[in-house]
Amino acid sequence: MMVDGAKVADDVEPRTLLVQYLREKLGKTGTVVGCDTSNCGACTVHLDGTSVKSCNVLAVQADGGEVKTIEGLATDGVLHPVQEAFRDCHGLQCGYCTPGMIMQSVALLEENPTPSEAEIREGLEGNLCRCTGYQNIVRAVKQASGQTEGVTA
Amino acid sequence: MIPAQFDYLAPTTVEEAVSALAEHGDEAKIIAGGQSLLPVLRLRLNAPEMIIDLGRIEALRGVRDDGDAIVIGAMTPHAAVQKDPLVAEHAALISRAVDHLADAQIRHRGTFGGALAHADPAGDLGAPAIALGSQFVIAGPSGTRTVDADEFFVDLFETAIGEDEILTEVRVPKHTGWGAHYEKFVRVAHQWPIVAVAAAVRAEGGTIAEARVGLTNMGNTPIRARAVEQALVGQPATEEAVAAAAAHATEGTNPPADLNGDSDYRRHLAGVLTRRAVLAAAGA
Amino acid sequence: MTTLEDRPDVAPEIGRDRRRKEDQRLITGRTRWTDNITLPGMLHLAMVRSPFAHARITGIDTSEAKAATNVVGVFTAADLGESQGVLINAWAITEDQVTPTHLPMAADRVSFAGEIVAVVVARTQAEARDAAELVDVDYEELPAALDLKKAAADEVLAHPELGTNKSAFWQFDSEGAGTGGNVEAAIEKARTDGVVIEREFRQQRLIPAFMEPRSTVVDPSGEQITMWSATQIPHILRFALAATTGVPESKIRVIAPDVGGGFGGKLQTTPEEWLTFCLANRLGKPVKYTETRSESLVSAHHGRDQWQKLTLAAEKDGTVTGLKVDLLADLGSYVSLVGGGVPVLGAFMFNAIYKFPAYQFNCQTVLTNKTWTDAYRGAGRPEATYGIERIMSELAAEIGMDPIELREKNWIKHEEFPFTTVAGLEYDTGNYEAATAKALEMFGYDELRAEQKRRREAGDTVQLGIGISTFTEMCGLAPSRVLGSLNYGAGGWESATVRMLATGKVEVVTGASAHGQGHETAFSQIVADRLGVSFDDVEVLHGDTQIASKGLDTYGSRSLVVGGEALVKATDKVIEKAKPVAAHLLEASVEDIEFSAGRFSVRGTDQGLAIGEIASAVFTAHNLPDGMEPSLDSEATYDPINFNYPHGTHLCAMEVDTETGAVKMRKYVCVDDIGNVINPLIVSGQVQGGLVQGIAQALWEEAVYDEAGTLVSGSFVDYLLPTSADTMNYEIDHTTTPSITNTLGTKGVGEAGTIASTPAVVGSVVDAIRHLGVNDIQMPCTPERVWKAIQGAGTGGPATEGAAMPHFDTDEAGTASTEGAGA
Repeated sequence: MMVDGAKVADDVEPRTLLVQYLREKLGKTGTVVGCDTSNCGACTVHLDGTSVKSCNVLAVQADGGEVKTIEGLATDGVLHPVQEAFRDCHGLQCGYCTPGMIMQSVALLEENPTPSEAEIREGLEGNLCRCTGYQNIVRAVKQASGQTEGVTA
Repeated sequence: MIPAQFDYLAPTTVEEAVSALAEHGDEAKIIAGGQSLLPVLRLRLNAPEMIIDLGRIEALRGVRDDGDAIVIGAMTPHAAVQKDPLVAEHAALISRAVDHLADAQIRHRGTFGGALAHADPAGDLGAPAIALGSQFVIAGPSGTRTVDADEFFVDLFETAIGEDEILTEVRVPKHTGWGAHYEKFVRVAHQWPIVAVAAAVRAEGGTIAEARVGLTNMGNTPIRARAVEQALVGQPATEEAVAAAAAHATEGTNPPADLNGDSDYRRHLAGVLTRRAVLAAAGA
Repeated sequence: MTTLEDRPDVAPEIGRDRRRKEDQRLITGRTRWTDNITLPGMLHLAMVRSPFAHARITGIDTSEAKAATNVVGVFTAADLGESQGVLINAWAITEDQVTPTHLPMAADRVSFAGEIVAVVVARTQAEARDAAELVDVDYEELPAALDLKKAAADEVLAHPELGTNKSAFWQFDSEGAGTGGNVEAAIEKARTDGVVIEREFRQQRLIPAFMEPRSTVVDPSGEQITMWSATQIPHILRFALAATTGVPESKIRVIAPDVGGGFGGKLQTTPEEWLTFCLANRLGKPVKYTETRSESLVSAHHGRDQWQKLTLAAEKDGTVTGLKVDLLADLGSYVSLVGGGVPVLGAFMFNAIYKFPAYQFNCQTVLTNKTWTDAYRGAGRPEATYGIERIMSELAAEIGMDPIELREKNWIKHEEFPFTTVAGLEYDTGNYEAATAKALEMFGYDELRAEQKRRREAGDTVQLGIGISTFTEMCGLAPSRVLGSLNYGAGGWESATVRMLATGKVEVVTGASAHGQGHETAFSQIVADRLGVSFDDVEVLHGDTQIASKGLDTYGSRSLVVGGEALVKATDKVIEKAKPVAAHLLEASVEDIEFSAGRFSVRGTDQGLAIGEIASAVFTAHNLPDGMEPSLDSEATYDPINFNYPHGTHLCAMEVDTETGAVKMRKYVCVDDIGNVINPLIVSGQVQGGLVQGIAQALWEEAVYDEAGTLVSGSFVDYLLPTSADTMNYEIDHTTTPSITNTLGTKGVGEAGTIASTPAVVGSVVDAIRHLGVNDIQMPCTPERVWKAIQGAGTGGPATEGAAMPHFDTDEAGTASTEGAGA
């Protein structure tokens, strides 16, 4: 499969989860695991162009597919606008949910480039954050969509 | 977090899948989108020896027009169903239910047929599917057969699909021009519905000519609220008239009791939500 | 020599909404979570946990597990003996506290479901888990003490050998302490000619539910044994490991790398850490243990879980005359690190901002066969704030007075500060009038009250309620002498070191241990201002006992007010050390040297040197005053003289659907006074996030056990954390009354939102349906409870316990091959 633009090949046990493969075999530890019931979304990556929870996909199911993780989001050292907006709007605190939250936000904006606040909130309902109370995340997504909110502290 | 060991097959045709199933018998488990199965395996609540993945069978994907029905391939992801113009035009009730199914990532990966075959009574697709009188096409060693909506759901997590069979597609009779609404009651957004009501209404003027109502999580299977449907026929789409019909929503139900509510509370909710769903579907 | 213009940026850093230094790594996935760490030859642990709340272990057969592929060993308590160490309680709240021995792994009896009975070591995590399934444990079930009130009556014993479940009884009495009158007399008098309000509130059991599951890696291969752990308290952890395992403290290095949230939940020394430490040493190999979320929810400590009985005495005009509090607090099956100290932290806060002449606080801590409890965001103060703010609104309702007016009548006026409270604390500053006035204006209080009246009169299906919380809290833990007087096992100081590097950069070492708070940014701002260096030139180091050798870590909203003050003192020392060098180089006397904006200058002249130039001169040491030590580096350890007391006014408007019991928040306004703000962006994040945790207690979260003592809400399917779709934009603002107990005039903000919001939210739900005969709803205010309360069933009663939604449980399912085939 392709992961963050690089072709990779390994033999894995069928039971290996995609997230395990990314972390343990490829060292892509930017993608993390937060739960075991697919509620938290911390492990969200893109598989063949759409967001999925990588704890809820077997690595063998992604065979031949294209995976993008948080580590492949910036291009040539330039942050993706969503990454930039998360920093600018203080959309993270401990940062553990952040990779999944950013990857889902990117997918959301690809499907709906100018979402309303309600659409952002619903679009991120599969990603849990315990620190921020979500408000600054919502603002970051809005800002990244070009619907500038302006940061008010 | 990590499932127990299993072997894995990814057939590319239905025939291959059926013969793999025949070969491995009850040691095998079908994986469709895997959005309910993988958590079960990770929590080690189940440990099949063989996983047969339908994900590589292209023929099971997509929605097509088939005269008086639309046909949804079992492996069509929820997100594709949600955006599909045929579904929106002829089975809007299914579109409305998919809108609120789980979350975006799960809708990308989870499949229409997988969710129905999983037969979680709190799943969002069962009630609209049976309300619209869907037919379930099932492939097995001796060919395909079709099961009617009323016979498909058997019990908690149990359907009419045999051990050696696979759900391949669902035929949904066209309900073109019907108003539709899925009223889902949850405490937090990512929860399964505590109770939900799927309602489709064909209105003529201000009068309800026909209605289809299905209930989610009001028993071991999705339930079609026929008494409500009958009571609605010929009624004006007013609060009072619909409320009177919705009072029949609890007939034939056997709701569960859990952290989110006891059976009595769910019965009460079913009445309120049925009224709201029907009124919304009728555009009232 | 330089002139002022050479400084790139002279705008003050303090008060700027600097973007965080921490974020670049976190938004690109370049992180150091403990579970990311992989070492050569590393082994993995899997725990075998008891499914029973209380049972005797009659046999453990590990033979099949030991024979499994790539398994290195399987160990029980009998195998490890004393080498596994023991877990400590650092705060025995009374001399005669009953404290069960807490071994990391149970030997012959388990006392909660989730307790570890065996541990498997294998070459991979998956193989360790596979083998753990093969360990065969025989249990003989014992009756379990589960209900808190019944446990307090000693009907069933959580630990039979102790003879009682009652761990400790702790009292504060204002008459006895000489800080106020006799509370019984006040209540008696009010029964005759005043008003007495009696209420019993439930603080449900909560789970901190930090997003990063706990993980520990121990590498025994160096001269020091290194432990990485997802902890809030690397220093306390090192101390406790040394104290209980016999390994010298100097041989242990603890590192808290990136830590994904804590909220009190990682303020613990855990069985899992002890076992990882023990087995790494025993096997001589690096060992990792990372918990699953299911394990985390059942074994990481829980929070709250109290019954609170409040008796409030007042005159008929609403003037409060006495408050008596009787608490029952559930410790769970062991007395944790802080343990009974958590409710005691609330003892000084029930009187809150009000001038009670008499006060008594009684707390009984109780052992049960449930998961242990300890600090969760707020720790003691949310419980107190909830109790007092709810009952003040009850008093207002009883006497027919507006609840704001009632509070105003009883609160400490701004000109009365400093004010010594009936609990014996001295509140340094505050201005409740200003915060409340601003909040009322932002909220549109009068308009919302008018709408509430309209909806009531019209009998609307959807009713509107307004909840109020005019809270204060004590934070900045803590003056060491106060902790000593409370029998806490350590002090409350914090340490900081400032190192001036030869290249002009500044390294700051803090003993506080961040896990999401943004210390690196805020501390850089403080140092930039104090030393007049650039924000970007400051590097903040923390969370490693070999780098930050002294520290008491992060909890209790202490990092800025205690750790920040230590930092200020260290920077002051740097400046004092630099002055003689400046004087020497400028050929002036030390008395004539002034320091301002990063520059040492000679009074009355334009001659001066930048601090970086001094640092460089000290590094070369070519030309220093005679006998001067060539170093500007300075350390300070600061012991606070007092707590500090943030306060604020929170107002919540809630719509209640009387047909379904569903609640929908309409508006939430808070005006907090947290003194001077270092970084408003970080503060807004702390407040928004804190609010949601407090609101979540009010509406969604509850750890529920069934009758067998199994945690029913044992996954995120059933332990309901709110999502973005369940929350909204809370309108936050500030008033500023600087604290006078620290140089920067700051107050803690980490817990304020959580402490304040819960009673405002529950109060708003109750207020919406009070006219239907409701005066309490048990938390969380589920739709079912609200609906049942409206139907006349009191507080809505407990949820139907003993059943989770069975979505992932296919045991009951049929046999069709596709069941479980994925949604």
